[in-house]
Amino acid sequence: MSLTTSHTPLPIQAQKSSLRWAVSDVLTMARRNLLALVRIPSSLVFALIQPVMFVLLFRYVFSGVIKVPGGQYVNFLIPGILVQTTIFGAVGTAIGLAEDLQRGLIERFRALPMARMAVLAGRTVSDLARNVLVLVIITVVGLGVGFRPHGSIVAYLQACLLALLFAYCLSWGFAFIGLAAPNSETAQAMTFPLIFPITFASSIFVPVATMPGWLRGFATYQPVSETAKAVRGLMLGTPHGDSTWIALIWAAGAILILAPLAISRYRRAA
Amino acid sequence: MSEFAVEALNIVRTFKDNEVRALDDVTLHVPAREVFGLLGPNGSGKTTMIRILSTILSPTSGSATVNGFDVVKHPDEVRRSIGLAGQYATVDENLTGFENLRMIGSLNHLEKKFVVNRSRELLEQFGLTDAANRIAKTYSGGMRRRLDLAAALVANPPLLFLDEPTTGLDPQSRQDLWAIIETLVEGGTSVLLTTQYLEEADRLCKQLVVLDHGKIIAEGTSQELKTRLGNTVLSLSFANTADASHGAALLDGISSKPANVDGTVVEFTVERGPSAAADALRRIDAAGITLTGLTLREPSLDDVFLNLTGHKAEDAPSGAIDDAPKSRRARKARS
Repeated sequence: MSLTTSHTPLPIQAQKSSLRWAVSDVLTMARRNLLALVRIPSSLVFALIQPVMFVLLFRYVFSGVIKVPGGQYVNFLIPGILVQTTIFGAVGTAIGLAEDLQRGLIERFRALPMARMAVLAGRTVSDLARNVLVLVIITVVGLGVGFRPHGSIVAYLQACLLALLFAYCLSWGFAFIGLAAPNSETAQAMTFPLIFPITFASSIFVPVATMPGWLRGFATYQPVSETAKAVRGLMLGTPHGDSTWIALIWAAGAILILAPLAISRYRRAA
Repeated sequence: MSEFAVEALNIVRTFKDNEVRALDDVTLHVPAREVFGLLGPNGSGKTTMIRILSTILSPTSGSATVNGFDVVKHPDEVRRSIGLAGQYATVDENLTGFENLRMIGSLNHLEKKFVVNRSRELLEQFGLTDAANRIAKTYSGGMRRRLDLAAALVANPPLLFLDEPTTGLDPQSRQDLWAIIETLVEGGTSVLLTTQYLEEADRLCKQLVVLDHGKIIAEGTSQELKTRLGNTVLSLSFANTADASHGAALLDGISSKPANVDGTVVEFTVERGPSAAADALRRIDAAGITLTGLTLREPSLDDVFLNLTGHKAEDAPSGAIDDAPKSRRARKARS
């Protein structure tokens, strides 16, 4: 068969193992998503303004009525907000994928000889990168409004990594939603009833002790609260039991279930 | 190895638990190094066929090879040997023209240096060099289509799938795209294109099939189909329906095909337009009937369908854009 008789030079296939190709595809996709973020600065600004508004709202509007045991509310609040904003940030995965699907880009990617999981992994990785930026902003704003973490710097970084890891694992669930939604608006609407209870019915903003009994059980042991507890303990240098390990187990469990779900949805999505 | 770029045998594709048969036993033999056309209205199964051949969708039954590779068993080999461009111009709006091409090249696993050179070369060939560093969101419809086509060409594939490449484009952009496609085929590329426009199929395709509700209802060269149809449509408008049916009866025999009467309009497909028109005028005039209008036009997809199936081409949700160029052509009388 001699179909390739074009006058242009033949393409040169670079030689790499399939695993290295998969990594290269993920990075290509992640770079593409991050470029979009830079190109539409308004979306980035909004992604950063929202958590800052939360900080200001709880720090200055609600703080007077929220009592935390043995300490200042601002030190309780900032680690919690940090966990909350990374989870909110992971919602971007659903919106981004739904947009790509809507615009027919996923269709084009599916007809390319690229790694099948690269579209999803590229998206979750670029959203992770955006979350790193959000964490830096929240830390700076937090310090500005009086947040004083007493733990070590290493522990602070560990806390940040834990929050990022937890949100990253959850983002595979949002990837599933993004592929299942008919458009990006619906994708965004679908994520709301999920993230609202897990972030607000938790120990992120207030101690669970004041919640009614039926809610307290859920709010104490649900994964977001465990993660917030671990992040808070690490940042403040206070005891937090096994919550770091529990949070890690939740994160691992989430990605083990959610990633295969999202990938199988990607294979079917048309 | 096969001399066909695409060989599809008895392809069936159903959706929603067999309720919708998008493709019903379609067999295609697309020769290498020419343009092969899939002609049909929206919803006839054209895009489903392209999606199956480009490995995006799997067939419910039947088999297909693309450049000698089975689409189900060896999808990666198929993907390496095809380029896909479509009516939706799937370029990434937030990337520049150059970045779009570089991304596709890198996802095709081509060498970096090659991708950069190839991208520059394609941007220049398609008149996009000045816009290379602008984000695609700022591009016009025609520029997007050209970028989309350039993206499909980065890996220099021997076979291109073009899904309604000119739908919704203005006449000039359409001409430009046709010229590009012709150049590609001269260079040895095989093209499978879908279209709703008979004019486009006529201009580009050596051979074509006509699809209706997932079935092939006609196939052959464009000339063969036109001969079956008659070359020109003679359209006569009357003052009222009574005159129209009287007129249709008077003109019996002017065409080898029966008249199509639609309200006050009577249409015939005829071989020689001007002489048929003169003949029609004489007969109508002799009977003392007044005509309100007479036009000669090229047959449209609707005429093809009317002749082949007895019904008009249905389902045109995007008709608002699609019909504009068609009706412009329709008004252009032939001499």
